[in-house]
Amino acid sequence: MKCVSLPGSELEPAFAGQVTEQSGVDINRCYQCLTCTLSCPSVFAMDHYPHQLVRLLQLGAKKEVLQSATIWVCASCETCVTRCPNEIDIPRLMDTLRQMAIREGVSGKEKTAPVYHRVFLKSVRQRGKPYELGMLIELKLRTRDFFSDLSMGLKMLLKGKLSLLPGRIKGYREISNIFRRSVEGQD
Amino acid sequence: MKYAYYPGCSQETTSEEYNQSALAVCQELGIELVELPDWSCCGASSGHATDYRLSHALAGRNLAIAEREGLDTAVVCPACFLRLRDTRHEVKNAASLRERLSELIGLPYEAKHDVRHLLDIIVNTVGIERVAEKVTRPLTGLRVVAYYGCYLVRPPELTGFDDPENPQTMDRLLKVLGADVVDWRGKVDCCGGGLSLTRRDMAQELVAGIRRAADEVGAEAIVTACGLCHANLESRQAREKLIPVFYFTELIGLAFGLDARPWLKKHLISPLTLLEKHGLLG
Repeated sequence: MKCVSLPGSELEPAFAGQVTEQSGVDINRCYQCLTCTLSCPSVFAMDHYPHQLVRLLQLGAKKEVLQSATIWVCASCETCVTRCPNEIDIPRLMDTLRQMAIREGVSGKEKTAPVYHRVFLKSVRQRGKPYELGMLIELKLRTRDFFSDLSMGLKMLLKGKLSLLPGRIKGYREISNIFRRSVEGQD
Repeated sequence: MKYAYYPGCSQETTSEEYNQSALAVCQELGIELVELPDWSCCGASSGHATDYRLSHALAGRNLAIAEREGLDTAVVCPACFLRLRDTRHEVKNAASLRERLSELIGLPYEAKHDVRHLLDIIVNTVGIERVAEKVTRPLTGLRVVAYYGCYLVRPPELTGFDDPENPQTMDRLLKVLGADVVDWRGKVDCCGGGLSLTRRDMAQELVAGIRRAADEVGAEAIVTACGLCHANLESRQAREKLIPVFYFTELIGLAFGLDARPWLKKHLISPLTLLEKHGLLG
C-alpha cells in the first residue's frame, strides 16, 4: 500500500464540503474498514485505493484526488456501495469527481477516458444515438492509438456488428436542446 | 401482457442478435413489445460521468415517452436498465427534480410507470412454468454458468429483483430449459466492459478472472443478459481455448425449437461446434 505524503499547503478543507454537497454522499461515515477496497475489481490499476480516496476527500486533498488514476479506472461496478456497512456511495463520489475534473479541465494520469466520454456524448448530441464506427475512429485519432483492436473492429464490421453509416433519430434536435439546457445551462 | 420496449443503442449494432432473439422469444411467450417511438440513447455511461442533469435528461426523455404511451418499459441492456431506473427513482423521491427534468426534456414525466429487465419479466411475471411448457428441445448436457455481472443486480436498491451476491433468476431459467447449470464464484464479478475501450489491459485482466472461475467448474459456455458484457467476454478472452458466450434469450429460443443460427452466426466466438456436439442444432 502506498503512503501518501501531503504538505498542508496542498489541502483545501472546503473541497470535502463541495464534494459532499454535489454528490449528496456523507464521506464522514467512513471508518476505514476496507470493505470497498477488498471488493474492488479495479484496485490493481489504482494509484489510491477506494478507502484511501475517501480519506483523501475528508482531508480536502483536491489536486491529488482530481488528478488520480482511480477516478477513471473505477469500473462503476457498484460492488463497493452494495457492500459498504455505512452505505457510502463511492460510485457516486467517483462520478462527482469525474464531473469536477472535466469541468475544471484537470489533466490527470488517465488521458483516454475523459476523451472517450467527450467523443461519445458529441455523437449522441448530434444524432440522438452514438455512431459507433465514427466514434471509434475519432477516439483513435484523438488518442493517437491507431493500431490496437483493428482486427477486432474489422471482424465486427464483417459480422454486421458495426454500421458503416451513421443513423439519426427523428427528434435529434430535441437531444441537442437537452444538451444545451443541461450541460450549458441555457434555456 | 404489453410493454414499451427500449432496445438501447447496442441492440442495433454490436448486440443485434440479443435484440432479435429477445423479440422472437417474447413473441413465443405472448409478451407484446411496442418499440418506444423515436427512442434515444440513455446516456450510459458517459452521461453520468460528465453531468448528472444530462444523465437524467437523456434517460428521462425515454421514460417520458413510455409514460405518454401509458406502458411499463421492458429493457434488455442492464446499463440502460440501471440508468432508466436511477432517473425514475430520483424523480419519485425528489419532487424538485421532477419539474427541472420536465423543463430539460420539454415533456411531462411523473414516474408513474415501471421499468423492468426482460429477464425479470420472463421469470417473475410470465413465470418459469410457462417457459417450461414451451420447451421442445431441452438443452441437455450443455454445461453453462449464469453470469449476471453488475447492473442486473447492483445496486440492489435500484435493481431490486434478485440478490446482489448470489442471484438465482437466470440459473432457475436455464435449468427449466434443460441446461446443466453449475454454481460458480464469478456470477456477479465485473467484466470491465465499461473499460474495454479506454483500458483494454484492465478489461483483459478482468475477463481472464471470469474465465478462470468458469474453467474451475468445467463450464462449456457463459450465459449473459448484457450486450456490453457479451462483446467484452467474447473479444477480450485470451486467444487459446475460447469458450462461447450466449445471451439468455438465445438459449430460450434454442430450447423452444426456434432457428437460432441467424443469431449465433453473429458471435465472434462461434458456438456452433459446441451445440452440434450436444445435438442441439437439428
